[in-house]
Amino acid sequence: MDLNYNTEDLSFRDQVRSYLETNLPADLKHKVLQHKRLHKEDYVRWHKILAKQGWVATGWPTEFGGTGWSATRRHIFEEECARAGTPPILPFGVAMVAPVIMAFGNQAQKDYFLPRILNCDDWWCQGYSEPGSGSDLASIKTRAERVNSLEGDHYVVNGQKTWTTLAQHADMIFCLVRTDTGVRKQEGISFLLIDMKTPGITVRPIIMLDEDHEVNEVFFDNVKVPVQNLIGDENKGWTYAKYLLGHERTNIAAVGRAKRELQFLKRYASEQQKNAASLLSDPIYASKVAVLEIELMALEITVLRVISQDSGRPGPEASLLKIKGTEIQQRLTELMMEAAGPYSLPFDAAFLDGESEHSIVGDDDAAPLASYYFNYRKTSIYGGSNEIQKNIITQMILGL
Amino acid sequence: MDFNLTQEQSQFADALRRWVEKDYNFEQRKHIIASDAGVSPSAWTALAELGALALPIPEAQGGFSGTAIDMLVIMQELGRGLVIEPYFATVLAAEFLKLAGQHDHLLEQVASGELQMAAALNEKQARHELFNIATSASQNADGFVINGVKTVVLHGAQAGQLIVSARSSGAQRDSDGISLFVLDANAAGISRREYRSIDGYRAADITFNQVQLPSSALLVTQGAGWPLLEAGCDYGVTLLCAEAIGVMEAIFAATLDYLKTRQQFGVPIGKFQVLQHRMAEMFMELEQARSMATLAAVKLSSEDAEERRRTVSAAKARIGQAARYIGQQAVQLHGGMGVTNELPAAHMFKRLTMIELSLGDTDHHLARFIAQPGFKAAA
Repeated sequence: MDLNYNTEDLSFRDQVRSYLETNLPADLKHKVLQHKRLHKEDYVRWHKILAKQGWVATGWPTEFGGTGWSATRRHIFEEECARAGTPPILPFGVAMVAPVIMAFGNQAQKDYFLPRILNCDDWWCQGYSEPGSGSDLASIKTRAERVNSLEGDHYVVNGQKTWTTLAQHADMIFCLVRTDTGVRKQEGISFLLIDMKTPGITVRPIIMLDEDHEVNEVFFDNVKVPVQNLIGDENKGWTYAKYLLGHERTNIAAVGRAKRELQFLKRYASEQQKNAASLLSDPIYASKVAVLEIELMALEITVLRVISQDSGRPGPEASLLKIKGTEIQQRLTELMMEAAGPYSLPFDAAFLDGESEHSIVGDDDAAPLASYYFNYRKTSIYGGSNEIQKNIITQMILGL
Repeated sequence: MDFNLTQEQSQFADALRRWVEKDYNFEQRKHIIASDAGVSPSAWTALAELGALALPIPEAQGGFSGTAIDMLVIMQELGRGLVIEPYFATVLAAEFLKLAGQHDHLLEQVASGELQMAAALNEKQARHELFNIATSASQNADGFVINGVKTVVLHGAQAGQLIVSARSSGAQRDSDGISLFVLDANAAGISRREYRSIDGYRAADITFNQVQLPSSALLVTQGAGWPLLEAGCDYGVTLLCAEAIGVMEAIFAATLDYLKTRQQFGVPIGKFQVLQHRMAEMFMELEQARSMATLAAVKLSSEDAEERRRTVSAAKARIGQAARYIGQQAVQLHGGMGVTNELPAAHMFKRLTMIELSLGDTDHHLARFIAQPGFKAAA
């Protein structure tokens, strides 16, 4: 048993760390560390910087332009990015649709889409959930009917997707659509790539608890999609969807980010006063922080245990990481907001958007914390709710 | 990074498990608990023959120089088998000799299985404070004289030699002024009152009345025993954490099995989602606890004493939380059978509960974690 990285991994870590020190723009770092809102250009800018270095696609094999790193290296890289305060690489292209294209797409699809994903030429979004299909994803109703015509075969898509993250910026959406209604619900689903500029698509914002525009409804009204945009075989989409969900859960524990946020929490709480002493000296508050810190220590080891198996694909134990990771993330935001106390109340959207240098009441650390808390209630719901994750543990690990 | 056991460790674990299955099963254990002795000499011989007693002892004293990771493997198996022999008591007491680098002949006797030991550290007023010591040690021409009472000393009556904490100077709650001694448990002036513990162990209250010790009984410099006392008990905590993992694995497996076999409303009760999610929670508690037991074993030998204290306390606090949750839920999921004394699961629940209260409970270790300078300095 050895919990230390080997010397090659340690020198890799140093290489990543020094790269980030040089190449992460100070304004982006500041936004991330101060919990401000990130905009499209922030994501794209960081993506393109990493693309130049060849480090965007940490989960891809080298033949497609990925890094080909081991699970340990990917973990180290993610830890270092979190520690430095980089914006995230959005998962929809790199981590979600790309692995599906690699595994099930045809050569033309690979040749066209993968380089564009690497270079962030297309902004992707995910068309999975529907108003009537949340946890019961296989019940989707959005229809795609195949039509033969002189100008080439195409699908006509009608229906609605929802909770579509950052679809307002998107060039492309990957969708689960129903191509057969006469069979078991999992067997009539296909996986389609759709250009968001196609006539008949409407995007409507959904404003979340923190008043940010992060998700959308996407409506399809007789949208014509060329059959060349079908991934794999018609009616096999559920297989591809499940494959994708396995990839989505790789870094879901987000231990690196939680470690950084714990440091923020402690620093901020130590600057607040209670009973004429630091809030972090208050036994009731300190015990809440300590319980959280210990849970995070445990999760870090649990993640390393999973990684050290390095089977390439996350198994059902990823569900444990998702649940514990999101519980910790939510608890962090909760304790941050508690530390801010009454300074959580002022809502300063201009400050969050970077339009004013300082917050309206003067505590720049406190200003985003309530928004952060409200925003992060999503984490135990998205990516398969934590209850669904427990079902996976129950069935796949416990055999109940 | 490597979380795998070595081949030797796996073989050790397998051998212990086979021994438990054959010679220390639930019925056999019940007889041992009910016997006058409350322990089994033949089990002790078997543990010695399996090498479990030699394992933690340095090679120079006839042992195998086993690490805390090796001991993690042993304690997990003994936990799984609910072994109630004076193994933990002996190994914990021997650790003080090992850390002090003294009394090699006693370590040799432990390694060969000739000697059982116990650590007499608790006092009635102390709760979980190791430094809260009223027992006195006064120096005289022949060595030291001990007076006082130690309570709930695990296997105190079985031990041939005792480790005793006593106060040479200072107030009752000072960490300065503490001395540690090793002494013959049958020395003149010692009286032991033995009783059963609720989880099937034997324990004793030990009274020291003008007990005269030679100078050689002192383990480290007089009055400077606190660092040794803390380090030795951190080793003990790490062993208890590992034992708890074994017990939790066993009670979890028993409960899962029960959910798959017990029928109500025409189906196995494991088909009910409310119970499934409870099992999923227990699974996660166990995995998080396992991670902390591993981390504690790795950091135990850390040269940075604060790192050791911080990790060991984090582990005890996390495992205490897991032990309570898993134990209580296991009983609940077993329904009426869970509250009888008939099932192994009930005995596992009792052991888990007592582990949580031994060598500092969850709140104690949470407070100790917070008290380490690093908790606030990191901010």
